[in-house]
Amino acid sequence: MKLLFERSRPGRGSDLLPPCDVPVTELPGELCRESAPHLPEISEVDLSRHYTELAKQTHGVNDGFYPLGSCTMKYNPRIDEEMAALPGFTNLHPLQSPDTVQGALQVLHTAEQALCEITGMHAMTFQPAAGAHGEYTGLLLIRKYHRSRGDTARTKILVPDSAHGTNPASATMAGFTVVHVPSNAHGGVDLDALREVAGPDTAGLMLTNPNTVGLFDPNILEITQIVHNAGGLCYYDGANLNAVMGHVRPGDMGFDCVHINLHKTFATPHGGGGPGSGPVGCKAFLADFLPAPRVVERDGVYAFETPAHTMGQVRSFYGNFLVVVKALTYILRLGKEGIPEASAGAVLNANYLMKKLADRYTMSFDTLCMHEFVMSLEPQSHAIGVTAMDIAKRLLDFGIHPPTMYFPLIVHEALMVEPTETESPETLDEAAEIFLKILDEAEQDPESLHAAPHHTAIGRPDEVAAARNPVLRYTEL
Amino acid sequence: MGKYIPATPEERQQMLEAIGLSSTEQLYDVVPASVRVQELHLPSGMSELEVSQKVSAMAEANETFRSIFRGAGAYHHYIPAIVKSVTGKEEFLTAYTPYQAEISQGVLQSIFEYQTQMCELTGMDVSNASVYDGATAAAEAVLMCQERKRKGVIVSGAADPQVITVIRTYCESRDVPVTVVPAEGCATDPAAIQALLTKETAAVYVQNPNFYGVIEDVAAITNATHEAGAKMILGVNPISLGILKPPGEYGADIAVGEGQPLGMPLSFGGPYLGFMTCKSAMMRKLPGRIVGQTTDHQGRRAFVLTLQAREQHIRREKASSNICSNEALCAMTASVYLAAMGPKGLRQAAESSLSHAHYLASELGKRGFALRSGDRPFFHEFLTDCPVDPEVLNARLAERGILGGLPVDGGILWCCTELNSKADIDRLVSIAEEVCAQ
Amino acid sequence: MYVTPADLKYTKSHEWVSEEDGFIVIGLTDYAQSALGDIVFINLPEVGDDVTAGEPFSDTESVKAVSDVFSPVSGTVAEVNEDLLDNPALVNESPYEAWLIKVENITDTEDLLSAEEYEALVAAEEG
Repeated sequence: MKLLFERSRPGRGSDLLPPCDVPVTELPGELCRESAPHLPEISEVDLSRHYTELAKQTHGVNDGFYPLGSCTMKYNPRIDEEMAALPGFTNLHPLQSPDTVQGALQVLHTAEQALCEITGMHAMTFQPAAGAHGEYTGLLLIRKYHRSRGDTARTKILVPDSAHGTNPASATMAGFTVVHVPSNAHGGVDLDALREVAGPDTAGLMLTNPNTVGLFDPNILEITQIVHNAGGLCYYDGANLNAVMGHVRPGDMGFDCVHINLHKTFATPHGGGGPGSGPVGCKAFLADFLPAPRVVERDGVYAFETPAHTMGQVRSFYGNFLVVVKALTYILRLGKEGIPEASAGAVLNANYLMKKLADRYTMSFDTLCMHEFVMSLEPQSHAIGVTAMDIAKRLLDFGIHPPTMYFPLIVHEALMVEPTETESPETLDEAAEIFLKILDEAEQDPESLHAAPHHTAIGRPDEVAAARNPVLRYTEL
Repeated sequence: MGKYIPATPEERQQMLEAIGLSSTEQLYDVVPASVRVQELHLPSGMSELEVSQKVSAMAEANETFRSIFRGAGAYHHYIPAIVKSVTGKEEFLTAYTPYQAEISQGVLQSIFEYQTQMCELTGMDVSNASVYDGATAAAEAVLMCQERKRKGVIVSGAADPQVITVIRTYCESRDVPVTVVPAEGCATDPAAIQALLTKETAAVYVQNPNFYGVIEDVAAITNATHEAGAKMILGVNPISLGILKPPGEYGADIAVGEGQPLGMPLSFGGPYLGFMTCKSAMMRKLPGRIVGQTTDHQGRRAFVLTLQAREQHIRREKASSNICSNEALCAMTASVYLAAMGPKGLRQAAESSLSHAHYLASELGKRGFALRSGDRPFFHEFLTDCPVDPEVLNARLAERGILGGLPVDGGILWCCTELNSKADIDRLVSIAEEVCAQ
Repeated sequence: MYVTPADLKYTKSHEWVSEEDGFIVIGLTDYAQSALGDIVFINLPEVGDDVTAGEPFSDTESVKAVSDVFSPVSGTVAEVNEDLLDNPALVNESPYEAWLIKVENITDTEDLLSAEEYEALVAAEEG
């Protein structure tokens, strides 16, 4: 495929703006750029076709099954997009006076109330723009809380060894030291190990439940109790909320604050990597530390308010507002019945697909899973030299987006499968057949799998060359 | 109803039986009974028609303005029709981060194109694939510059106050000292920055044009910063770079900014786009996703996420940033916008914004709205005195469908873009005249 | 299997150590480079930095992993192999020529292994 710059011809393009209708202002030469930026000059038809071609080489949820573990690639309802495109939202300047944006404030307030009910929290901020940003914000809440009590000795955050990489990275950004907590044989938190590390220097624990091996930790109440007894707080990473929403609430499990990925659980699209939205909810005793401003309602009138001991801001304005519009639309559609139904559907689909694969693929844990399951290609890797990567790459030939590979780190040759609730039983049946067929191929002709994919636009790229000699921009301008 | 679940109740029952269960409840047997939710206190689900009406009513409860003279970090520019048509494509909208390069060349190539355009625009060597917004871009840039022997940042007080607040938040938790130099006459005094620079200063952050629209003496500040051995971070408005000298030509080490003006609607503050570009020497400190060019085994050009060992999923607690999801679709929006506008169109947008602002400033100046920045050069924003209460003036403008400038320090911060036509400006000025006469 | 020159000393964390003109020279063993795979970048300390026995002073990046490199001695970095910044593949190609750093002012040295002992350690790790 040609690059935009390779399609450029001097003088092309169309008049999008009228000529300036006031005298043109000239700035002193030393303030102006020496030469124009080398932006492409392209006719509209070529530009349009360029992106149509790029779209053909992009696999989205609408192109097929996307069981990418930990990412909750569910269908993104079209009504959500339509609502977020309403001019009454898109044309609002963020610094308009509150009396002119009552509807937008109502969106934020209504979404806050619904998400607090779903998570068992009392207050929420929508400023964080993504999950990791939410983790950072939640950890700052914990930091502010301890410091407000003069408790500066609490410098450590406990993180299970199965955690997403963002957890330890966020803890470092928030000024904490990370202490890893080992997993037990069932993939859950090792309680004895937790008791050992929880103490007067513990600021808090970060946990996702169900965890990254797709299992609900049955000791959850004991886990949060151990941390609380040590004086620490409990942070719920909402990455896997799609398994349990409407069935159990982080707040009731003993968590003090939580982030939610609206772009996972609440069906807003991922956009090739963003924008997301990572709202952070907390119990009442942490609400005064939330970022400013917050939306409050008095007698049917919405207003902004600065929390008494606010951490400041973690982003400009109020976060990715249009993403909140999409999520609210989704929540209103599902309602109190549809939310637990969606999560149960996700768990059912995961178990159904796992059952279909369990005879041939090695499941990391032989038990009912939550919304996702992890299988290990370690036996095949030893026996026939076929790896998780090989299976994943062959799936591409069948139009299936591969599961998450080589994560969690505690499982070797891991493939993490999350079908979501929006796939039909026949999609799961077909996918299961393909997974099994690939294993047949692996046994008969492992070489062919090493060379997969065979039918995609490109073959496996040379990532070593890309990293050793980085070419990060087009230079023939 | 089922909403977005395809399987019928009968099919679900069959699936349950296939896994050896009889009821959905059993899927959650592992959850302690004491904390099982009986019923959520939420309204019942609604049909698509009802939800459409309910959310539309919220949209209609807002007041939108035909004519907008307010900026201060969010800018109302013309968005070419092709921008929305491209970014609305479902493949781009519904894809995840392009981990699987073989089926993600479209999205990867578009990021590579975006990186190239941002480098061209800012005059820098390397760009990442985006961060959350302009404020977090500035904060990440400050953290990028911190070294063992140099810790701390000097921030211009003439920068956007929200950007300063976010820099403070990010630095507080990393124990990075922040010194804010107060603005003088709506501008940064290079001598004041020079006086504060020490051997321990890691970076200086200056915004150009600054929050008050003033074009700063970037050359003097950059020289002083580099003489002290610190890094220069320049926050810029991307539209202004159609005309203004880019960070690269000033010798800045890192350029950051809010990319919203490049084709994104105001949207009550988001989704927006944080862009970050830097000199080659700082490439490995740049946070976030970066796309690189390579080849596949047949020698075909291919694009991949690269330099991943910098990132949280590999480096975990040692990563310099925790960013994972970014603003990819907004980066694509900016890329389509820049391609559609081309070098001439971008210059036209910049020139028109600049000229409209100067025309408005001159007309208002004749009516007692004196420029607070004196005769310093400005781009498309400027702060004036206001002969009447700014709130009163803005209320009267609002009655006529005009969003006036932002009240700041008893004055008004005005903004013009190519969308504020001469006729609109004349109307605003005549209303202002009326209000002042009363 | 792996090359393990007899005239060098080794650490349990797979660095090789030699003494040269009063400096302690540290590199990665053949086994280490093989286990790491294609190295795409090496983060090195700066001349004048202190290193501590048993603590990391550098890390190596492959496409999908980062691994620490540990110092067997405490002292001051006298020289770093800047060729590796441009061409990290040298470690894969000739691990015993591609030294990482030279250390001076040694104040502490941890127990080092002989080539024979190191070969036994690698054999045990290989299972």
